Amino acid sequence: MSQVDVRPAFSLRFLRSELRLIAVRRRNQAGLAALAAVPIVLAIAMKVAAPGTGERRGGGPDFFAQILGNGFFVALAALGAELTLFLPIAIAMLAGDAVAGEANQGTLRYLLTVPVGRVRLLAVKYAGIVAGAFLAPLVVAGTGIIAGLILFGGGDVTTLSGTQIGFGEALLRLLGVCLYLGLCLAALGAVGLFLSTLTEQPMGATIALAMLSVASAVLGQVPQLDWLHPYLLTQHWTDFGEFLRDPVSLGALRPGVLVALSYMVVFLSAAWARFAGKDITS
Amino acid sequence: MTDLAVASQGLTKRFGSQVAVDAVDLVVPRGAVYGFLGPNGSGKTTTIRMLLGLISPTAGRHELLGRGMPDRAAEALPRVGALVEGPGFHPYLSGADNLRRIDACDRTAEARTSAARTAAALDRVGLSAAAGKRYRTYSLGMKQRLAIAAALLVPRDLLILDEPTNGLDPQGTREVRTLVGALAAEGATVLLSTHLLAEVEQVCTHVGVMHRGKLVAQEQLGKLREDATPQAVVLTDQPQAAADVLRKLGLTEVTGSAAEVTGKIGAVAPEKVVAALVHDGVPVRGFSLQAPSLEDVFVQLTGQGFDVSG
Repeated sequence: MSQVDVRPAFSLRFLRSELRLIAVRRRNQAGLAALAAVPIVLAIAMKVAAPGTGERRGGGPDFFAQILGNGFFVALAALGAELTLFLPIAIAMLAGDAVAGEANQGTLRYLLTVPVGRVRLLAVKYAGIVAGAFLAPLVVAGTGIIAGLILFGGGDVTTLSGTQIGFGEALLRLLGVCLYLGLCLAALGAVGLFLSTLTEQPMGATIALAMLSVASAVLGQVPQLDWLHPYLLTQHWTDFGEFLRDPVSLGALRPGVLVALSYMVVFLSAAWARFAGKDITS
Repeated sequence: MTDLAVASQGLTKRFGSQVAVDAVDLVVPRGAVYGFLGPNGSGKTTTIRMLLGLISPTAGRHELLGRGMPDRAAEALPRVGALVEGPGFHPYLSGADNLRRIDACDRTAEARTSAARTAAALDRVGLSAAAGKRYRTYSLGMKQRLAIAAALLVPRDLLILDEPTNGLDPQGTREVRTLVGALAAEGATVLLSTHLLAEVEQVCTHVGVMHRGKLVAQEQLGKLREDATPQAVVLTDQPQAAADVLRKLGLTEVTGSAAEVTGKIGAVAPEKVVAALVHDGVPVRGFSLQAPSLEDVFVQLTGQGFDVSG
């Protein structure tokens, strides 16, 4: 028998293949386009509508009112608008595909017999979800900025504290917002990866995660459950507005970061515990 | 045990109260083409899934290519090509892209030569022309071919092929048979699970028969046939009288039709049968001994027809 040459060196081929698999899928492309369409539609609607209709309910800072003064706020308003449903659904789609989708198509058994170690498989699958989690808010923010600049122009940005910052610094802060939301969505993705190991139906995992996300947001609105609020995954998502204070208070972002990291640890461990010894009968 | 490609001891899988695979001791020598036979539902695929480490056995252990599974799967599996329960690929990728994906996951595969490997594998199963087409547009036979190509991406010492000719037309079936022969000639061991006896008779050197989760026989193909009792066939126009003589001599399962009587000859010498028939005045128009077909062997082993699910 010829000797098997197991390369110890870390190889990125599987990860690249995974990212490519996600990127070439038409449904994912359409989903990303839909995410990008929201800020465009929003900017056009604001341009067309009369001023003073920017009234909005719900948590988090209201950036709608400021759009007319500076296109920069299209990006923030769009992120805020998509955060409750559109972005979680996008992550839920990726998470559903991750393990349940492979099981459903019968590709999981062939990956495992290549062999791909189960821990390695989960790691690469989660890396794919994380890539999507960071890409999605960046795309929304990017299109928002472009649409905003075209329709409303740029210029110095007034922070929530009332001070003025340059447009360049505002863009940096927007990047911070995207990274923070990326982390939040990556934590949601960890829950999704776990759900994905439970079923062979990708849609089941997707819907379950979307429902969990919405349920978490709803619970966060119920004052009687305030003891529960600190533990809710979605509770601190709207804290991204902190980036628009002067100076940026990193301390105010800490609870959100801690909750996200905790969810990652718990649910990635759960996914591993579930998947490592699971009988693959798909 | 290093001269064995597959070796299992007491391999057992229970799903709840149902025993899907019951204490199977597989012995597949290196270089063999091992026909893994059994009706649908007899536990073949569950056994194969256990062999490959996809499901963990309830009891028992096994080795692939001399490596204990599942602990040394990372060493053994790169040398094992597998087709398990039909093809499984991404429908929106082309056949070639699907193979490239599998190749990219293989840590033992060289990135530089990936394109050459996928092209060679596609060529070997006759899919080169459809390499760029999306998998969803493939016919069942083409999908099956792609699955075989995936098993052949890198040189293998062992191929575990579960029903490889499913969905193939007669031409495709012949090609797979030729391919299996060629792989064996190159020195690979092939474990071929099937419910088609013709496939086994034409390519296999060894046979294992599964029945209701148990491995009821495991033998070299020729030996299995030898061990099975041959049939005496008497051509006569007095079948009733001939049948009486055969029974008297101790032949079993004597059955007759208008012009022919058959019976399992057992230890009775054939010449004695003819002598006894002539002595009793039964006209003998012809007498022959027939080696049992594999199907007869199978029925002997399992007590039921081949297409019945156990």
